This record gives sequence, structure tokens and C-alpha cells, in this order.
Amino acid sequence: MVNHGLVLPILVPLATALAALFSFKSVRAQRWINLGGAAALMGVSIWLLTSVWRNGIQVEQVGGWPAPFGITLVADSFTAIMVTLAGIIGLAGAIYSIVTIDTYRESYGYYPLYHFLLMGVCGAFLTGDLFNLYVWFEVMLIASFVLLALGGERGQMEGAIKYVTLNLVSSALFLAAVGLLYGLAGTLNMADLAFKFGRMSAAQPPGVMTTLAMLFLIAFGIKAAIFPLFFWLPASYHTPPVAVSAVFAGLLTKVGVYALIRVFTLLFTYNVAYTHYIILILAGLTMVTGVFGAMAQNEIRRVLSFHIISQIGYMIMGLALFTPLALAGSVFYIAHHIIVKANLFLISGIVERLSGSSELKKMGGLYRQQPVLSLLFLIPALSLAGLPPLSGFFAKLSLAQAGLATGEYGIVAVALGVSLLTLFSMMKIWNEAFWKPLHNPEPGPSNPAPSSPPARSFLWLLPVLLLATLTLVIGFGAGGVFMLAQRAGEELMNPDGYIQAVLGSYR
Amino acid sequence: MEIILAFVIGGLYAAGIYMLLRRSLVKLLIGLALLAHAANLLVFTAAGLTRARPPVISPGAAALQIPVSDPLPQALVLTAIVIGVGVIAFALALAFRVYRVVGEDDLDRMKSTDT
Repeated sequence: MVNHGLVLPILVPLATALAALFSFKSVRAQRWINLGGAAALMGVSIWLLTSVWRNGIQVEQVGGWPAPFGITLVADSFTAIMVTLAGIIGLAGAIYSIVTIDTYRESYGYYPLYHFLLMGVCGAFLTGDLFNLYVWFEVMLIASFVLLALGGERGQMEGAIKYVTLNLVSSALFLAAVGLLYGLAGTLNMADLAFKFGRMSAAQPPGVMTTLAMLFLIAFGIKAAIFPLFFWLPASYHTPPVAVSAVFAGLLTKVGVYALIRVFTLLFTYNVAYTHYIILILAGLTMVTGVFGAMAQNEIRRVLSFHIISQIGYMIMGLALFTPLALAGSVFYIAHHIIVKANLFLISGIVERLSGSSELKKMGGLYRQQPVLSLLFLIPALSLAGLPPLSGFFAKLSLAQAGLATGEYGIVAVALGVSLLTLFSMMKIWNEAFWKPLHNPEPGPSNPAPSSPPARSFLWLLPVLLLATLTLVIGFGAGGVFMLAQRAGEELMNPDGYIQAVLGSYR
Repeated sequence: MEIILAFVIGGLYAAGIYMLLRRSLVKLLIGLALLAHAANLLVFTAAGLTRARPPVISPGAAALQIPVSDPLPQALVLTAIVIGVGVIAFALALAFRVYRVVGEDDLDRMKSTDT
């Protein structure tokens, strides 16, 4: 079904960023534009989700050129869910930025970059064409490069060099894979590719296809931070301001996961037993290395960064199992993870500010000072570990069920063991930062005095409250959310609907 | 022609990866640029090279006469080159800032954020 509103999740952040650029001199005006733009994006994304839910897959051929020739935007249920999550995290991050980002960064274009980042993310979700996906990746990356480096502190600079290098290598690989794919198939429209591969893959030399699949796996795997390719993430995610970290942690790696799921459900399904088995092994290794890395860390944001990696394993585990239930579990997991992980980063920022340090050893006593904040930390932390009735439990339950149904007992055992270790890691943060009494009260040079909370501390807690409420809603209303995820999973497993919606009259 | 380009692309990839593995920040950036060029040439070559056959319907003819050179990969490469120039320009500026802040050109000494 044609829907011209599909350009809105791209146009709204673009307009916001431009408006913020035009009021570059006035930080006050930029703050209001930032808030308004983020709220508008969230409104648009929820509208998109409801219209996809009511009317099925939505398509827009930009400029009126028919499908395999022009620029295609597609929104199926998976895309709509991802865009909605981008809208939610965008709003939470925008509110948090107003309170926590310093005026130096604000006056050097923080807000325009933030919205360009959101534009890149939404564009990557919506596009129906591989080359456009490359372009949106670059839009997203260049905005994230500057956001990561803005401020110019030593840690940021070192983190940025690693982040930039590995992401550029990944982009070069992605571009090479796109070129080879075009040479093989003569089109880059994903629906057209799926249609052609669906008919010809038996006759094609499978070696070339497998090479292409592995190139895409490596290119997107670097961006998604899967097992042997994740080293840029823990080296950089703890360096920028917390609002930036939280949005990166929530959205950026998930764009890589989104691309992996898209490509490995639409294009490379000719030999699932081989390609998806490799992904399954990588999923297990990603979970295990991520959680062990986290156990070795003693800084709150470093612990959380390693947990991103281990959670990525769960998402691609659903892709690797490749059944409708497993993919629904993946989609549910992504939705749960984005909200919970962004929230944990936001809380880590509050904790670091209140205790004046990012080292867990120097923290303590926050439960006595901030009982509400402690409760708000426990909700996402226990949800991440997968305790019922929070959102993470249902996400892990559906993945475990899918694993048992396909007979992959090994990966289910790994997943359950890793979630136990996640609980251990979350309890470490709880014990160190919140529960144990603060035992070094005298401030000194090595031990700076805790800074007071900023003036508008209500605004500070607002995004945390919003995301914690959403975690509870997903947990207690898991049936409704899971229906949505199930529909996304079924659409991903049967690409005919996607192909039909995009190519429609052309075929 | 494809054979020659295949060797050129292979050489560019090899040189790019070699430069990426050096410890110097500037050489790292040269490596990234070489990788980007190799990928661009690969896109250009993979789609097939057809000489002196522009995709234009000649006067009097009703349709295109096969074979023609495909304009799409060239458009893709053009876009990729523009993106690559912007990204490398940013990376150069970043490298300059890194050098000013860290005071080092040696990547092995930039380990304070590693785990």
C-alpha cells in the first residue's frame, strides 16, 4: 500500500536539525527546537506503527519512479517497530541532553548532530535498497563520529580513532559487497533481489553467494559488534557524554542487527543450514565473551558496554534459529533491549554525577540517598537479566522456546547461563553503587567531591521514568507486544508479502 | 581490462590493509583511503566494463542496442567517492586533534580507553 507519510521519519529530524543549525547562536532556541523535533519524531513514528498494524506493509516510491529503478522506502512491521523505538530513545535522549550536556558542546552544534544521527538511523530502517542503506549508514556514522569526538577530551579522542577506523573498514567491506552483488544480480533493490534469488539460486554457483553472504556478515557484524568484531565498542562507548552513550548504546549497534536480519531473511536464504549455523555459533560466542568481559570490568559504563555485546548475541540467535517464533523473539528482544539498555546508561550518568566517579569502588550509599533512583535502576537491571515479570523474561522465554523447538539445546543452555551471569553483573553494580555504605567521605585530589544534581533534576529523571515505565508496560502487557513481534517474525519468514508490496505492479 | 583492474584492486587492498596495520596514525588514514578506493574500483569493475557504448538511444533507432555500458555502477561509485572524500576529510581533522590532545602519533600508546 502506497503511503507518502513514509518520508516523515526522515524529514522531521532533517527539519529539526536544519532549524537548530539556523539558530546556531542561541542555545536556548536550539534546546526548544530539539525537544519539539524529538517529540514530533516520536509522534510520527507511533503513527507509522499504527498504520502498518492496520493496513499491512507500507511502500513509498520516492519521485514516482517504479520499484526496482527508483528510491524505495518500505515499512513492514519490523521497520515500524524499529522506527518507533528510535523515536522513543530520541525523545528520552533529547530530554536528558538538555539537562546534562554542557554549554560548550551545546554551542558547537550538539543538537543538529543529534538529529542528523536520528535521521540516519530512521533512513537505514526505512530504505528498501542496499545502496541507499550504505548511504544512510554513512549519514548515521558521520553524525556519530562528530558526537563521539565533540568536546575533545583525551579519552574521547582515543575512543573516536578506534570507532572511526573500524566503522570505515566495515563501510568499505559493505560497499565492496554491494558492488559484487550488483555484478551478480544487476539490481540492488532488496525486494527485487529477493525475488531474483528466490528463483535462480539453485542454478547459481553457491560459492559466490556464500562469499557475498560472509562479506555482508562481516560488514554488518562489525557495526552490530558480534563476536570477533566488537573491539571498537568497549573502547569507545564509555568516553562521550552519557546522553550520547545512551543513544549509541540503544540504537546504533541495533541498526547493524537490523541490517543483518534484513539481509539474512530476504537475500541469503538459499542454504540456511550453512550460513545460519555460522551465525548460531557466532551468537553463542558473542553472548559468552560479552558477559565475561563485563564481569572483569569495574567501571559502570564499561560493564554496561560489554553487556551490549552479550545481548547482541541473543538477537542474532533468533536470526540463526530461523523460525517465525525465533525471529519474533529477536524482534521482541531488540525492542526490550533498546529501551532497557538506553535506560541503564542514563541511570549510570546520574550515578556517576551523584558519586563524582565512574569507578564502582568509589561509589556507595546511593540507596540511602536516592531510594527512588535505586528502584528505577532495579527495574531495567533485573529486566536485562531476565527476571519475570519484566520485559527481558518474555524475550528470553520466546528465544529459549524457539531453540528447544528446533532442537538446538546447546545454544539454549548458553543463553540461560549467560542470563544468570548477567544477573550477577547487575547485582555487582547494585551492591557497589547502591547498597554498600560509602566509606571514603573526605574529598581529596584523587577523590573529587560529588557534584550536586543540576538545577532541573526533575527533567533529569523524566526520561529514566519514561523508559522504566515502558519496560514495565512491555513486561505486563507482553501479550500485546508479542503479537506485534510475532507478526514481524512471520513477515520476515515469508518475504513474498514484502516483495509483492514493493514490486506490486511491476511483476 | 578486467584482469588488469583485478590486479590493481588486489594491490590496493593489500596496500590498504598493510597501512592499516602500521602503528602510525597518518599511515592508518592512508590505509583507510586506499581501502575506500579499492572498494570503489571493485564496484566499478564488478558490474562489467563496456567500452564506447554509451547508454543513449542513437538517432533513428527505436531502442537501445545491446551491449551498452551500465550507468548505474558509475553513479554508485560517484556517490561513494563523494562520501569517501567527506569521511576522509573528517578523519584527517580528527587525527590532527588526536595528535594535539594525545601528543602521540603511535597508536600503541593510545590505550587509556582500552579494556
